[in-house]
Amino acid sequence: MRLRDIPITAWIGMIGIAIAFIFALFAPLIAPYGETEVVGSVWQIPDAQYIFGLDNLGRDILSRLIYGARTTLFVALAATIISFSLGVILSFTAAVSRGLIDMVFSRFNDLMMSIPTLIFALVVLAVLPQNIIVLILVMAILDSTRVYRLGRAVALDVAVMEFVEAAKLRGEGKLWIIFREILPNTLTPLLAEFGLRFAFSILFLSTLSFLGLGIQPPSADWGGMVKDNKDGIIFGISAALVPGSAIAILAVCVNLVVDWLLKRTSSLKGGRGDA
Amino acid sequence: MPDLLSVRNLKIEATSYPPGEAPKRVTIVDGVSFDLQKGRVLGLIGESGAGKSTIGLSALAYGRGGAEITGGEVRLDGDNILALGRNGIRQIRGARVCYVAQSAAAAFNPAHRLGDQVIEASVKHGLMSKQEAKKRALYLFQVLGLPHPESFGERFPHQVSGGQLQRAMTAMALCSNPELIVFDEPTTALDVTTQIDVLAAIKHAIEATHTAALYITHDLAVVAQISDDIMVLRHGKTVEYGSVQQIIEAPREDYTRALVNVRQTLRDEAVDQSDTLLKIENVSAEYSNGFKVLNDVSLHVPKGQTLAIVGESGSGKSTLARVVTGLLSPTAGTISFAGKSLTPDVRHRPRDDLRRIQLIYQMADTAMNPRQTVRDIIGRPLTFYYGLRGAAKTDRVKELLDQIEMGNGFLNRYPAELSGGQKQRVAIARALAAKPELILCDEPTSALDPLVAEGILKLLLRLQEEEQLSYIFITHDIAIVRAIADSVAVMHRGRLVRFGPKSKALSPPFDDYTDLLLKSVPEMEIGWLERVLTTRKMASAGN
Repeated sequence: MRLRDIPITAWIGMIGIAIAFIFALFAPLIAPYGETEVVGSVWQIPDAQYIFGLDNLGRDILSRLIYGARTTLFVALAATIISFSLGVILSFTAAVSRGLIDMVFSRFNDLMMSIPTLIFALVVLAVLPQNIIVLILVMAILDSTRVYRLGRAVALDVAVMEFVEAAKLRGEGKLWIIFREILPNTLTPLLAEFGLRFAFSILFLSTLSFLGLGIQPPSADWGGMVKDNKDGIIFGISAALVPGSAIAILAVCVNLVVDWLLKRTSSLKGGRGDA
Repeated sequence: MPDLLSVRNLKIEATSYPPGEAPKRVTIVDGVSFDLQKGRVLGLIGESGAGKSTIGLSALAYGRGGAEITGGEVRLDGDNILALGRNGIRQIRGARVCYVAQSAAAAFNPAHRLGDQVIEASVKHGLMSKQEAKKRALYLFQVLGLPHPESFGERFPHQVSGGQLQRAMTAMALCSNPELIVFDEPTTALDVTTQIDVLAAIKHAIEATHTAALYITHDLAVVAQISDDIMVLRHGKTVEYGSVQQIIEAPREDYTRALVNVRQTLRDEAVDQSDTLLKIENVSAEYSNGFKVLNDVSLHVPKGQTLAIVGESGSGKSTLARVVTGLLSPTAGTISFAGKSLTPDVRHRPRDDLRRIQLIYQMADTAMNPRQTVRDIIGRPLTFYYGLRGAAKTDRVKELLDQIEMGNGFLNRYPAELSGGQKQRVAIARALAAKPELILCDEPTSALDPLVAEGILKLLLRLQEEEQLSYIFITHDIAIVRAIADSVAVMHRGRLVRFGPKSKALSPPFDDYTDLLLKSVPEMEIGWLERVLTTRKMASAGN
């Protein structure tokens, strides 16, 4: 892979994601104030000292944004990756096996999808202990139903190709067929979906936080910060827009990188394995 | 007589995007000139990439897929149509010049009735009223010998056969009474028994309407039946241009001679056919919906020899291969391989049995994973069956590449970076890597140009001698059967109609179907079509 072949948009996306990760990793070193430290009056407007101003309790928004990157990035990324692994493995197994396995998996998936996600999440999270692992798993499992749908559809198209038949004739096992024959040929739509689903899980996390079931206060997360400061908008305070913009920018950055990967994998000839 | 179409020094260029390199300009057609008079047919012949379709489309002032006409003149009735603006060209396309594509199934809109599509261009151009156009379509359906011409237009594309669809498309082109029709491989996708009907219909329709035509094909035997002049093209340049008589009977250039003599490399059948490797006894098979595709088929393949299975599409010849490989379990009958009976289902078959029977597909494109390199594709059976890894594996892959006459430079290429013939060679090497005893070849050459196909056939024959391989060679091409088979099986509608050593199977007395099949294969001989049609008509008159 040559660096100069990477388009400028992909660089922008990668730099954006890198900044978010640096914030997340080194939050205590970068943030000027503590995560829960009250430094001034409620909704103090931005000035040289507090670049983005103070929030509804008088905490520094910039510092909370930096700390919030930790939870937001970690939870959204972990949930998306788990949901993809789960959805792809199950859907590909169904597409390769067909018959009873396909039927059981697909109907169970339909069952899961027939219950509105938010209500399902509310019920499950209300019953289970409130910690971050449970939160990630619940988000991942609910999201994986969508991935399953897409994964099965694209895998079915590839599973009937002759090179898959050739692999079956060779006597290859299911794992080889799924990971070596089908997966590389379905990466394009799956990557596109990944970018989208990542943005959705940030939003879903915000929704859950908003309803009090996501990240618990006083820990900062971007969605929760929007919620905390939303009332300020009525009084002309822009505090809620700062974490909102951060979510938007991160989603755009992820999608810029995904678009570039998409272009690389979708060109048959350029699908060189060294990426 | 003035020329209807006159092409002078045509030059067509396009930008190509080779993988890993900067885009570059390539010349597709270079300095081609020809003239065509009213009522005459010019055959354009050449392998894929010769520029024949591109030249054909230039008669409509159209460049496909980024091709640009950068030089020369195309004069239709004296007017240079390349100089016309967009509106001027629109007046010509579909009205004065029409186009018949190779795949009629893809060219018709499945959501509209055939009749409406056939008359659409004529009505849109205001050449005739809807009533007149319908009348003309009815006349053309009759001329083209379509069944129930009065109600044919009411049908949808999926309700008629491939041969009828191709004729409907010819009717569509003829409907507006054009001065010129461009036929782009109109019979290539059809069975031989259907091809002959379509060829006869097209020839008759051209004669009846006095249209001029450009007939594009890669099959010299076909073009010899239908055209008055032939232009042989290669790499975008004219190789030879002359009358049919001269090209077929006295070709001047080596390349033309190679085309005329293609596949005359005969191999005599083996005398001793008693050492049986694969034995199929009373095998029947059906699809899961109960449709019976194989009916009581019995045949055997001798060791180190070739059995050719011929038949048209739907005859069950590929299904037989699927049954042998275990992809479809037979409902009755047994298959034994090297004296032992084969497990019907591929999933329960021992790995060593899988190794001993390999399959080569028709489309090498879809038979290889586009995301694997040649090294991975050929190397996988080595790892899988023989546990080879690292340097030992690479060495063996190199050996195999040598065997298929390709160099080590191809090791890290992806399938998309190979030509059609090279892909099929890699597919052969993959089969060879398993050291099989039997290779099932499912039409391995029918998607290839004649000269490339001949190279593949020669390779297969050489490998057979070197490795003592047995082949089951599935094909619809009698010429290939004559060239390489030891024994022949003819299939029709799921039944075996004829089976035996080549010399016996392909000599009279014939059963009805084999007779029809053998007579339908175009021969490199002028007047063959007329001769066959008269005997065919007489045969049908006698029934």
